Amino acid sequence: MARIEAEVGKPQGGLMKWIDDRFPFTKTLEHHVTKYYASKNFNWWYVFGVLAFVVLAIQLLTGIFLTMNYKPSADEAFASVEYIMRDVEWGWLIRYMHSTGASFFFIVVYLHMFRAMLYGSYKKPRELIWIIGMLILLVLMAEAFAGYLLPWGQMSYWGAQVIISLFGAIPVIGDGLVEFIRGDYSISDITLNRFFALHVIVLPLALIGLVFVHIVALHEVGSNNPDGIDIKKHKGPDGVPLDGIAFHPYHTSKDLVAIVVFLMVFSAVVFFAPEMGGYFLEHANFEPANVSATPEHIAPVWYFTPYYSILRAVPDKFWGFVLFAASVLMPMFLPWLDRSRVRSIRYRGWMYKTALSIFVVTFLALLWLGLQPAEGIYVLLARIFSVLYFAFFLLMPYYTARDKTKPVPDRVVYHD
Amino acid sequence: MIKVRQFGSALVLCACFMAPQAMAAGGGGHLEPADIDPDNVASLQRGARNYMNYCSGCHSAEYVRFNTIGKQLELSEEQLIDNLMFNAEKTFETIRSSMPTKDAERWFGQAPPDLSLMARARGADYIYNFLKGFYVSEKSPTGVDNLVLAGTSMPHVLWELQGYQEARFEDHRNEDGSVTSEFKGFELLSAGSMDPNVYDEFVRDTTNFLAFIAEPIRQDRRTIGVWVLIYLVVFLIIARMLKKQIWKDVE
Repeated sequence: MARIEAEVGKPQGGLMKWIDDRFPFTKTLEHHVTKYYASKNFNWWYVFGVLAFVVLAIQLLTGIFLTMNYKPSADEAFASVEYIMRDVEWGWLIRYMHSTGASFFFIVVYLHMFRAMLYGSYKKPRELIWIIGMLILLVLMAEAFAGYLLPWGQMSYWGAQVIISLFGAIPVIGDGLVEFIRGDYSISDITLNRFFALHVIVLPLALIGLVFVHIVALHEVGSNNPDGIDIKKHKGPDGVPLDGIAFHPYHTSKDLVAIVVFLMVFSAVVFFAPEMGGYFLEHANFEPANVSATPEHIAPVWYFTPYYSILRAVPDKFWGFVLFAASVLMPMFLPWLDRSRVRSIRYRGWMYKTALSIFVVTFLALLWLGLQPAEGIYVLLARIFSVLYFAFFLLMPYYTARDKTKPVPDRVVYHD
Repeated sequence: MIKVRQFGSALVLCACFMAPQAMAAGGGGHLEPADIDPDNVASLQRGARNYMNYCSGCHSAEYVRFNTIGKQLELSEEQLIDNLMFNAEKTFETIRSSMPTKDAERWFGQAPPDLSLMARARGADYIYNFLKGFYVSEKSPTGVDNLVLAGTSMPHVLWELQGYQEARFEDHRNEDGSVTSEFKGFELLSAGSMDPNVYDEFVRDTTNFLAFIAEPIRQDRRTIGVWVLIYLVVFLIIARMLKKQIWKDVE
C-alpha cells in the first residue's frame, strides 16, 4: 500500500478505472447485463423481447443500405426499388430482409405481448413497462405504415389512400386533418417525401428512444417470470435472488439459441418465400402506383387487419373510426382492467383461461377476416368477433375479480 | 417437453401466415396451371426468343438488362447480340419497345404495359391463360376478346401460330332468376401454323421467360438459402452446446 500511495500521479487500475472515474461504464454494465438477475425458469415465451431487439437491429441496418439507393420521388421510387432488386450488389437480399423484417417485427411483438398476457407481466409494478411497450407498438405501426408507401406500388398508394382518408371521419377537423397529413389534395410526391422523412428519421428515433426507456424501466423493477412471483423476496447472503441468474452469461447464452432458431425461420422466408404467398409482399404492389386504376381488392398488410376488420364491421364511418382507434388503444388499460390477485395463468382459474383462449381465436379471426372482401357472411363474422374483442377487455374487471385462483408458490417452479 | 411444445405453438402461429393466398387478380374463374420449369434453360431460351420476336415490339421490360438474361440463360455476348438484341447495342441495355407511347395510346386506348414484373403482379398462370384465352368477338374493335382479361385492348398477336378460336358459353339460370353465362370451352375456327399442343409449349416457354425476368435472382437466392440454412444448423448445434456448458451449474 505504501508503495502505491507513494506514486501519486501515476494512474492505478488501468484504462477501465480511468473510464469508470469519468463515466459509469462498469456500473451500467453490471446493472443491465452481468449483475441483472432474472428468473432461472424462463420458458421459450421469454425470448420474444430479445428477438424484437434483433429484428430492430436488422431493420435499422438494412434500412441504412436501402436508403443509400432508394429515391423518394413519385417518378423514381418504384424504379429505384427494382434497381435495388436487380442491379445493386446483394440489393435483393437487403430489400427482402427489410420487407420480411417488417412482418416478423409484428409477429415477434404480438407474441411478446401475448407472453405478458399469459403471465400477467403488465400487473403492478410493471404497468409503466407495459404502457411504454404499447407506445412502441403505436410507433411501430406508424413506421410500418409510412414504410409501406415508399415502394410506390399500387397497394402502397391505394392502401395509404384508404387509411389516411379514415381520418376524414372525424367531425369538423377531419377534412383539414387529411389534407394536413397528405400535404396535398391527394396522395402525391409530397406525401411520399414526408413519409420518407418520417420513416427514416422521426419514427426510428422515437422507436429507439422508447425501446431504451422500456428496458430501463424493466431493469428497475426486474423481469417477471412464468410463476408471476417476486424473486427478490428470497435473496441469498450475497444479495442475489435465489431463483435469479445473471442475464449474462446465462440468459444471453440461452437467447443465442433462440436467435439462431429465429434466424432459421427468418432465412427460410427471405430465401424461399419472400412474398409469403402475397401476405408479406402483396402481388398488386409489383405494379407501379396508378392514380386512375383502383385495384379490385384493397387489403392492408396482415398486421393491420385485426383492427381494420373492426373498422369495417361498423356501418357508420365515424363510429367505425372510433372503434378502430379504441381497438388499438384498448390493451393499454390492461394493468387496471385486470383485477386478479395473481399474475400468472398457471394460478388463475377457468374464467381467465377461457377468456384468453377466446381472445386469441378472436384476434386471429379478425386478422383473417380483414384480408377477405367485406361481403356476405364475412361482415357478420367480423361484427361478432369485434364484440368479442371488446368484451375481453371491458368484462375483464368482472371475470378476473370473480375467478378462483390457486395458491401461488413461494419459489419458482419448473414444468418439464 | 412443455417448453418445446410451447415454442412449437409459437411456430404454428407463425405458420398461419405461410398458407399460400390465391391470386386476387384475374377474372375468368379457374386458371389452368402454367406448369413452368424455371430450371429448364432451353425452355427459357425459347421463351426469350418468343418474347423478343412477338412481344417486345410493343411491350418493354424496362428493368431487364440483356446481360442479366445472358448470364442466367447461358448465352454469350455474341449470341445475345445476334439473336435477341434487335434495337439495342450494348448488352447492359434494357428491353425497350420501339413503339412510341403517344402513338400506342392513340392506337389502343392505352400504352401496352411494361412486362418486367407482370408475372409477380398477376402470376404465371394468369399469363399462360391470357395468351391462350383470345377468342373471336364481334363486339371488340380488335375482333377478339380474352377470357382472362375481358375487354382487353390487345389484339391477338399470336393468331398466325394459334389460329382463331371461338369461346362457347352456356347460359345458366340461377335460383334467384338471374342469368350467368358459364364458359364451356374453346373451339378452333381456323387452324394456325402450330398444333394446339405445340402452341401450348410455345406459350409455356414464353410464360417461363416472363416469370424469370420478373425475379432474375430467384434461382440464385434458393441456392444461397440452402447454404445459409446449413450454416445456421451448425451454428445452432454450437449455440446449444455453449448454452449447456454455461448452464451446468444452474439446478
